[in-house]
Amino acid sequence: MSRGTLIDLLYLVSATTFILALKGLGSPKRARLGNIIAAVGMLIAVVATFFKQVDGHNLYHVPFILIAMAIGIVVAVPTARYVRMTAMPQLVAIFNGVGGGAAALVSITEFVHIHSTRPATYVTLEVLLGVLIGTVSFSGSAIAYAKLQELMTGRPVTYPGQQVINAVLGAAALVLIIIILVNGQTTLLWVLLGLAFILGIAFVLPIGGADVPVLISLLNSFTGLAVAASGFTLGSNLLIVAGTLVGASGILLTRLMSKAMGRSLSNVLFSAFGSVITASGGSGADARPVRSGSPEDAGVLLSFASRVAIIPGYGLAVAQAQHVLRELAEELESKGIEVFYAIHPVAGRMPGHMNVLLAEANVPYEQLLELDEANSELQTADVALVVGANDTVNPAAKDDKTSPIYGMPIINADLAENVLFLKRSMRPGFAGIENELLYNPKTTLIFGDAKDTLTKIVAAVKAS
Amino acid sequence: MGNALLQYATVLMLTIFVGIEIIAKVPSILHTPLMSGSNAIHGVILVGAMLVLGSANTTLEEILGFLAVILATLNVVGGFVVTDRMLEMFKAKPKAPVVKKDEVAS
Repeated sequence: MSRGTLIDLLYLVSATTFILALKGLGSPKRARLGNIIAAVGMLIAVVATFFKQVDGHNLYHVPFILIAMAIGIVVAVPTARYVRMTAMPQLVAIFNGVGGGAAALVSITEFVHIHSTRPATYVTLEVLLGVLIGTVSFSGSAIAYAKLQELMTGRPVTYPGQQVINAVLGAAALVLIIIILVNGQTTLLWVLLGLAFILGIAFVLPIGGADVPVLISLLNSFTGLAVAASGFTLGSNLLIVAGTLVGASGILLTRLMSKAMGRSLSNVLFSAFGSVITASGGSGADARPVRSGSPEDAGVLLSFASRVAIIPGYGLAVAQAQHVLRELAEELESKGIEVFYAIHPVAGRMPGHMNVLLAEANVPYEQLLELDEANSELQTADVALVVGANDTVNPAAKDDKTSPIYGMPIINADLAENVLFLKRSMRPGFAGIENELLYNPKTTLIFGDAKDTLTKIVAAVKAS
Repeated sequence: MGNALLQYATVLMLTIFVGIEIIAKVPSILHTPLMSGSNAIHGVILVGAMLVLGSANTTLEEILGFLAVILATLNVVGGFVVTDRMLEMFKAKPKAPVVKKDEVAS
């Protein structure tokens, strides 16, 4: 067996591990194993590549390759290891963005490498698509990162004629590709690069913070496609398989995620969701009466309950209050009170994010109930404790046809006998929509920092 | 248009179906790890980056290839580590009703 064949065989092994890994990642039991299998497959592919021959010679610049890899590892490992769990969505965005950037760079470099040999038209097309998609993914992910990291506003950024301008930008990119293909004007590649960069930004700007996770999933899929395009250019089955796998599964995953929010993908991408601050509440909303209480009141109410439902949201994680929350739950349980957590599929900033955050705080898994189960259990709950959640308990999703979140499945906190709503202020949530639940006569609002308030509640429960 | 292109197109088409098929039934709590895991997998562009840097003839190619290897390494390594960290939290995940309480991680 020649060296080349052996390497191709190893690439086949590697591609197979990626398929097995994705399959594993879809099942709770095998998810971690799946990820490790993919990492091993990746290692095999990378090591094999060092022995590969290109253009009839061994790889040049091996020391440079090793230095670049070392730089990547030194930056990536600590970042991935030590960034707070709450910042995970941003992290995924940034790692996706650099992947898209890498795919675009690979396509460009290969183009520079071969363009003097007058490549066939379809090769140029592959390069151009790789550059376009990879760059859109890169700049789009950067904006997504900025939105989630709150380096810029999380609200949709809109301007007049936005949709038209975006459509024109997209069309311009396609026209440019055709011109390059027909004319062979390679310098226009750089224009395409710039245009793709702007397109990525313009595409992401109107998407509201609450929808950014869906967007990241879509950009993830884009990067996969860009990698597949590079695979065509380089003649690598491995890149084609891995890129296409991610591209195809990513688009499906994106649809599943938008479905979990009760919305269509096009609605997520083009509706500038969340740009309207008040939907149904009207302008007088702020003046409406609410009932507020002290942490001590909450402690007493909780102590006399027999079943308590905790409805956590992203605000909990921001306040780093998950540990105090678990302490409260344990305190209540020691008094013989039954406690469960009602987890909305999109609680947190990504689907499943809240499960991860609570698991980090050692909340027993069997206390976490998913949406449907939680809603049927809530009917018999005495108190629903809403901590840092807002949009996921907003009844407007059920009742108000004009509300932008209409149709999204919610946790019916108002089914419980009483609702305790821990809130920092009267400001609307992530999606920017007024919440009727705040004005419900069952609801008592407790203002303040979640961690602070919960600590006081724990003390009050202990005392009573 | 050579046979090679046709072969790649065949692989592409088949993989599209595989990709859709294996994702069809995923519980929503695993959406995030799945996204993150597939994010790491497209980091295989590292292989492409190694190849372009390894065949670079000009300074421009060297610079671009060098950057590509750095970015791709970030994607691969960061992607896998973040995914593993997420899934670590799920390790004693008694979702199945048969599993007992004492298996919960502490």
